[in-house]
Amino acid sequence: MTLAPSRPTDLPVSDADPFSHEVLDDPLPMHEELREAGPVVHLSRYDVYALARYEQVHAALVDWQQFQSAAGVGLSNFRTEKPWRPPSLLLEADPPRHDAPRRVLSKVLGPRALRSLREAWVADAEVLVDEVLADGPELDVVPRLAEAFPLRVFPDAVGLPAEGRENLLPYGDHAFNAFGPANDLVAKGEHRVAELSGWVGSVCARDVLAPEGFGADIWAAADRGDITPAMAPLVVRSLLTAGVDTTVHGISAVLSGFATHPDQWQRLRQDPGLARVAFDEAVRWESPVQTFFRTATTDVQIGGTVVPEGHKVLMFLAAANRDPRRWTDPDRFDLGRDPSGHVGFGMGLHQCVGQHVARLEAEAVLTALARRVRSIELAGPTRRHHNNTLRAWASLPVRLTIS
Amino acid sequence: MLTAEPFQQTGRTGVDRTVVRVTEKVRVADGVVTLTLTAPDGGRLPDWAPGAHVDLTLDNGLTRQYSLCGDRWDAHTYRVGVLLEPASRGGSRHVHELLEPGHTVGLGGPRNNFPLVPAESYLFVAGGIGITPILPMIAQAELLGADWRLLYGGRQRSSMAFLDELAVHGDRVQVRPQDEHGLLDLAGFLGTPRPGTRIYSCGPGPLLAAMEAACAGWPARTLHTERFVAAEQGAPVRTTAFDVELTRSGRTVTVTPDVSVLEALGTAGVEVLSSCRQGTCGTCETTVLAGVPDHRDSLLDDAERAAGDCMYPCVSRSCSDRLVLDL
Repeated sequence: MTLAPSRPTDLPVSDADPFSHEVLDDPLPMHEELREAGPVVHLSRYDVYALARYEQVHAALVDWQQFQSAAGVGLSNFRTEKPWRPPSLLLEADPPRHDAPRRVLSKVLGPRALRSLREAWVADAEVLVDEVLADGPELDVVPRLAEAFPLRVFPDAVGLPAEGRENLLPYGDHAFNAFGPANDLVAKGEHRVAELSGWVGSVCARDVLAPEGFGADIWAAADRGDITPAMAPLVVRSLLTAGVDTTVHGISAVLSGFATHPDQWQRLRQDPGLARVAFDEAVRWESPVQTFFRTATTDVQIGGTVVPEGHKVLMFLAAANRDPRRWTDPDRFDLGRDPSGHVGFGMGLHQCVGQHVARLEAEAVLTALARRVRSIELAGPTRRHHNNTLRAWASLPVRLTIS
Repeated sequence: MLTAEPFQQTGRTGVDRTVVRVTEKVRVADGVVTLTLTAPDGGRLPDWAPGAHVDLTLDNGLTRQYSLCGDRWDAHTYRVGVLLEPASRGGSRHVHELLEPGHTVGLGGPRNNFPLVPAESYLFVAGGIGITPILPMIAQAELLGADWRLLYGGRQRSSMAFLDELAVHGDRVQVRPQDEHGLLDLAGFLGTPRPGTRIYSCGPGPLLAAMEAACAGWPARTLHTERFVAAEQGAPVRTTAFDVELTRSGRTVTVTPDVSVLEALGTAGVEVLSSCRQGTCGTCETTVLAGVPDHRDSLLDDAERAAGDCMYPCVSRSCSDRLVLDL
């Protein structure tokens, strides 16, 4: 690590590339390096200010006044660069424009609204687990459970047409890659952008969505005047961008946690009520969403450093979630821990609006598995899926032993 | 300053997010004071949007709702305006006569039953202290570049708060004290019904009734109103300990006044997943099987509160001696 002479001497500088394949395959060493270097570290490769400690990441997440989202929550600065798609009304917006869409979606996806889905999703998870177990004890849980369950329940809950649902994962994957630099991961998705965006745009229309579901609820809010009719399709689009890949990787994360921590699986079997805690612990431990950017709206002092107005700040949610200053034995996946307060869903007014949906999906899968499966163990080499923002598995072969 | 607030919103060290300190009290008109409120540790206060109110619990045990009328870009202070009600049974009189800078008051919310929905243009009509929720709405309309006008009535000019702040807006604001102009000319101010406009009105009951009538010819859902709480009502907020009975684990936990339900449960080894610990995210939602919750969250609307079937134990408490929870 070197110090650049033009910067304050207390600002550590790193030439690490968080979006290189080497780091994406195992980001933990770089997270530790950045965390230990200081409260803020200049990433010389991208000229951004990195926050990797819990205290600073949390503070930046809640401080929407000094760290805006409307200039983009990726590396690209919307003040000077054209976004690849019309900006999100939620993720890439600040108050006051953020208020109405957020208020509407918070209600549509709120814990009270989800109560009506609970029973059906729990039953659906049991059916899926039965189907999977009927095919034998060895399987790759990424496609068979982590992808299969969200794709089984979420598009129906939104009210999407059956045709084209296979576009959801590649669309989300590209959207999350696009928060990073224009590297090979972005390039590999570009040839399908027009096609995928076209499909996503087409299913956000009122007459394409089912008469009941999250999509219809959003359009009903437009009828009430809580949002404008022009906002409705973009609010529906937020569900489709952020609602599938994230939960898939969250479910993969919790399954990988159990496959590598057999004692924790026994703990869940003894007390299936721990399913919700297990999922949040996995979101802390693995942080399916690794990073988001903000843009300083003024010169902001962090530690002994000033982040200049208009500059990008890169918040390492994943590093904060394993900061030993905040967590005891942070690398351990531990159901005995209280994971409350982790920043895997963000924090503050942009905190994941779909977190209750994700929790319900994961709880349904884990509860169904805990009922029938005595042990989960890895049954072959695992493989990571690389994405500029997401921490994901491409393959997790396991052996399930039926109780 | 990012380093000034270590862990204060998620730490488990018992920082009380449900108390605020009065740091300033200013008389802004005859019978009206504003209070500036801050967190005792100087940290951020929960986020809010125009139209939001907070519940303040006073020393004498009364709870009152006040609209937030400050600047939401200042995350560290709230401002509320309080009218001295001639028939006060202890709320506004307590604020005017006894509450002083340095004192603390209990905080609930913020909650918003009067949100500003997106529109091309806004017409605001305020009566008396009903100006308070309208002030941040005006700031917001300005930020959004929306067209807006305000009609502001009161008994006499000297009793009308914030005229100095409103003066910068020139002829967008019509100030119409009753002793100079008589009753408000609502029909003249509103003009012909037109789509794309939203009308927001806050004030005493007769004004809101007149607004309902005056807006009869406008498209449905054009008019949004909030009745400021003139009638004082005692809220049964306990200052004593209560018991929380947990049906699934068969345990009973006593919650003393100095800790949250969530903290009391955690100390007793009953972990409830939570996140924001401000009553805003909904993560700790818990089913209430019996007893009456004292809701202090920002999530439930009035109907949901009345249902009493769930609560957010990070901030909400109990009105009854015993709460029975599905835990």
